[in-house]
Amino acid sequence: MGWFRRLKDGITTKTVNKKDAPDGVWYKCKKCKEASTTKEFKENFYKCPKCNAHARIGSEDYFDLIFDGKYTELFDDLVSKDFLSFTDLKPYDKRLEVAKKKTGLLDAMTVATGKTNKKSLTIAAMDFSFIGGSMGSVVGEKIAKAIDYSIENRTAFMIISKSGGARMMESAFSLMQMAKTSVKLAQLADAKLPYFSFMTDPTTGGVTASFAMLGDINFAEPEALIGFAGPRVIRETIKQDLPEGFQTSEFLLDHGFLDFIVDRKDLKQKIGDLVCYF
Amino acid sequence: MVFLEFEKPLESLYEQLENLKEVGEKGDIDVSDKIKELENKIKSERKEIYSSLTGWQKVQLSRHPERPYSLFYIREMFKKFTELHGDRYFKDDKAIVGGLANLDGQTVVVIGHQKGVNTKMRQYRNFGMANPEGYRKALRLMKMAERFDYPVICLIDTPGAFPGLEAEERGQAEAIARNLFEMARLRVPIVCAVIGEGASGGAIGIGLGDRVFMLENTWYSVISPESCSSILWRSWDYKEQAAEALKLTADHMLDFKLIDGIIKEPLGGAHNSPEEMAKTLKKHLKKEVAELMEMTPDERISLRVEKYSRMGQYDTLKKKVAVKSK
Ligand SMILES: [Zn+2]
Repeated sequence: MGWFRRLKDGITTKTVNKKDAPDGVWYKCKKCKEASTTKEFKENFYKCPKCNAHARIGSEDYFDLIFDGKYTELFDDLVSKDFLSFTDLKPYDKRLEVAKKKTGLLDAMTVATGKTNKKSLTIAAMDFSFIGGSMGSVVGEKIAKAIDYSIENRTAFMIISKSGGARMMESAFSLMQMAKTSVKLAQLADAKLPYFSFMTDPTTGGVTASFAMLGDINFAEPEALIGFAGPRVIRETIKQDLPEGFQTSEFLLDHGFLDFIVDRKDLKQKIGDLVCYF
Repeated sequence: MVFLEFEKPLESLYEQLENLKEVGEKGDIDVSDKIKELENKIKSERKEIYSSLTGWQKVQLSRHPERPYSLFYIREMFKKFTELHGDRYFKDDKAIVGGLANLDGQTVVVIGHQKGVNTKMRQYRNFGMANPEGYRKALRLMKMAERFDYPVICLIDTPGAFPGLEAEERGQAEAIARNLFEMARLRVPIVCAVIGEGASGGAIGIGLGDRVFMLENTWYSVISPESCSSILWRSWDYKEQAAEALKLTADHMLDFKLIDGIIKEPLGGAHNSPEEMAKTLKKHLKKEVAELMEMTPDERISLRVEKYSRMGQYDTLKKKVAVKSK
């Protein structure tokens, strides 16, 4: 159970699966450096009560926030494997093991279906805490299966992106997920079902260059990093500093790649509006 | 002649050959037998070297300065080629070329990454790193192919999409994503071949097709070995290991069923006999295009969807593991 539901139900015990959520009584904002109580911070949708900076939250938190009460998790039996026996400083299967233990998740993507504003919606949501939200075979396959489910059950489809990009340890398999997810989204489009792409901090690399940019409606949380190349790579390429606000949600909105930016407190309302148009 | 590190044994043999030829030209001694002997030696030495190339060595070959690029193949393979420029929105990207061509009587649209052949041209071509307008030009040409029922041929050779400030402003990610989406359901045949470097999103941005081939000494990966080394090993010194770990060579890719076939290169690599390479490539493309033209658009698209849907390696848990409490 995520923290929104606990909040609604007045449960204050620690969640088993706390992902990116901070512990302790005090929350210190990474952006304005001001301290708030964790309670205030949580009640403010995990946004800084002082400057409204949106902290990273996990897939389950978004499900609790968006769905009307109950929802069903789908395809939770898919797990990554070290098909290439990839070893850098650490073997990939070790990395997977550590990530699973740390997050309580099986991979960087979780799919759930339920209702929002009384309309059916299937959501595939990424978790940054699992190897940087990187896209491997499981992420791609879960999107593919979620799209099949949406088509079969005639539900709207949404992806919540939160990813550093490709999962290098799956090499070309990771790369091909860009093609695979795009091919599946084309099928969804042909079935005349809407796809909402919601980008959160960060959304970069192959994720941005495939499903994240392909929404019928593209929207993002405020001040999220969204781009193709990472800021460090760009800085090294052009050998100059990047302008302030470069690759933020606001920058993308201004350049015509987002339909709107949504504050987390308004997210449910906004998605509720969207599903009613289709 | 440029010799790569692992080709060094050949370099001294070539020097001997040159010397011998000089002696022969002076006309005093008949060295023709000796020359023949040396040429055979070079051939067998080359065979030996090329029979066991590592991943990193193939990466080096794919970047060989004398390796043929898209425009060379286009000129060799097609009776006619009319280059078409511009994305109609912003500008003409010099790192991706494209146009209409005549493949032995069949009109096709051909698109390819283009690298420069000398210092000045390398700058001009931005080292084969395209900006969004390159991908948008490619899409414009593909849509034209669709309108007139012409097959599309894509030649892939890029170290990656350009990671620049303006590329981000103009939506590098959107441009690549849009191509993937549109290529997924393009109603005409798409045949792709990696002719050099197949780096990441920049490569796949014109690389989704009914058939995807790799020339023998090319690579295709989610990241270059150098960048992979820098990120995962936190040092630039592990590129050889990274190249092995990424399993980025054509034989691995075919083994993984991520490509549809390998096109053999002449002994010593494509640059050793570019015309022969172009002939082989053309033969392949022609055969594939002809086969694909036999199918209906719906058949092709459904096979395309099936092919890409199968790509991925994962496990399915037999019994559901309770990892969370809801
Ligand atoms: Zn703050």
